[in-house]
Amino acid sequence: MTVHQTASGYNFAYLDEQTKRMIRRAILKAIAIPGYQVPFASREMPMPYGWGTGGVQVTAAILGSGDRLKVIDQGADDTTNAVSIRKFFEKTSGVETTTHTADATIIQTRHRIPEKTLTADQVLVYQVPIPEPLRFLEPRETETRVMHALEDYGLMHVKLYEDIATHGHIATTYAYPVKVEDRYVMDPSPTPKFDNPKMNDCAALQLFGAGREKRIYALPPHTKVVSLDFEDHPFEPTKFDHACALCGATHTYLDEVITDDAGGRMFVCSDTDHCEERRAEGHRGELLGEAPAAIAGAAE
Amino acid sequence: MALARAFADPVHDAQQTFRAVMNALARPGTLQPVAGLTGAPAPLSPVAAAVAVALADYETPLWLDGRLAAAPDVAAWLAFHTGARIGAAPSQAAFALVADAGILPDLAGFAQGTDVYPDRSTTLIVQVAELGPIASAAMRVRLAGPGISGHATLAVSCLPADIADRLAANHALFPRGVDLVLAGPEGVAALPRTTRVTLVEA
Repeated sequence: MTVHQTASGYNFAYLDEQTKRMIRRAILKAIAIPGYQVPFASREMPMPYGWGTGGVQVTAAILGSGDRLKVIDQGADDTTNAVSIRKFFEKTSGVETTTHTADATIIQTRHRIPEKTLTADQVLVYQVPIPEPLRFLEPRETETRVMHALEDYGLMHVKLYEDIATHGHIATTYAYPVKVEDRYVMDPSPTPKFDNPKMNDCAALQLFGAGREKRIYALPPHTKVVSLDFEDHPFEPTKFDHACALCGATHTYLDEVITDDAGGRMFVCSDTDHCEERRAEGHRGELLGEAPAAIAGAAE
Repeated sequence: MALARAFADPVHDAQQTFRAVMNALARPGTLQPVAGLTGAPAPLSPVAAAVAVALADYETPLWLDGRLAAAPDVAAWLAFHTGARIGAAPSQAAFALVADAGILPDLAGFAQGTDVYPDRSTTLIVQVAELGPIASAAMRVRLAGPGISGHATLAVSCLPADIADRLAANHALFPRGVDLVLAGPEGVAALPRTTRVTLVEA
């Protein structure tokens, strides 16, 4: 891996030590109360709110010089948000970075969970825009706090029921609410509901940071995470009618990509690392032969 | 004369100590190695001192148990290296340092958090002489809950005989309650409020 020249004049991983201690204390309480949103004194970061300032602060607080960091935007390592956050930590901490899920010790994400099963040696850090699952049902923070305290989640079930009454099924496809250890209802961040089952009994620690909303929450490893549903309308993860056009996978989350102005489209894995790995193993999707050399060449 | 230091490398040593405490809380019952601060004045143990220096500052009132409070060097050392206010009432303390685990005070006397803000509760840092998978330790406890696949076993000395009942009462308050970080000679293990603790008969 490349060793990066770190910027001078900054503390390791950008944040000052007092800020890190404040965030670290919030993380410890978040782990002790799974699914509960711990308020923290979110700092202004050198990037706008909405670009992952919560996740960046959590990562900066836990990051050590021996860590290897992976950053994904949806499933991709190579899009703007992922590249700029990875470069931010290369510049301010000098830690090794990687795109390989298996090599990473910390993975920061908005908002997908990698296809490869995470291990006990990894921490998954989510960037969260709106941490409060009840926010669109009840705008007042004072009220949602009390609703969580009283475990008063009837409103959320009414919302899911109204989905069924209107659409015939629960139409929520991302930020699908979960219940943690039979207690707190939690927003899994706008993760596609395809990934919800991976949160349950996960071997890795999962940390959630919301910078603008100033909240941190957590799922310790092997925590019970159940997607809300009804007996007669059980939770169903998203299913796809297609295989990945590049690697042929049928078990992964797919992105629809428009390929021309005549209705042409293709479905490809959202997890770029997983897709590359499968191609390297010799799996071939139906369009791989037509792909530019930069992509098709990954199979060589 | 050089200024007295706590961590030799304040940034990275604090990060490693925090990460050990984080992993201990995320995986209750596991022993996470911590390099102790050998300069800490007795009876403050090097590992407990490292945890305190890594996590405490002017925002976190500290409470010291009778044995630590009786040694003036301890309060002076902690005040110098953390900037924390020492001698807070237990119900106001962010962290409580306990050297005499055998006479652990009533857990209900510490900050429990509120139903609305259960995070506003005390974290106890409890010094123990033996911790981890040590067969000779006086007590073995069986643990279950978030962070544990199935169950875990922890061997620990010094804790009072009724600790399982007291931790059960603490667990029953969930989401309120205190969290325990046990500081052994080589590292830390944690018993957050979510962990169900039962004694294993020898």
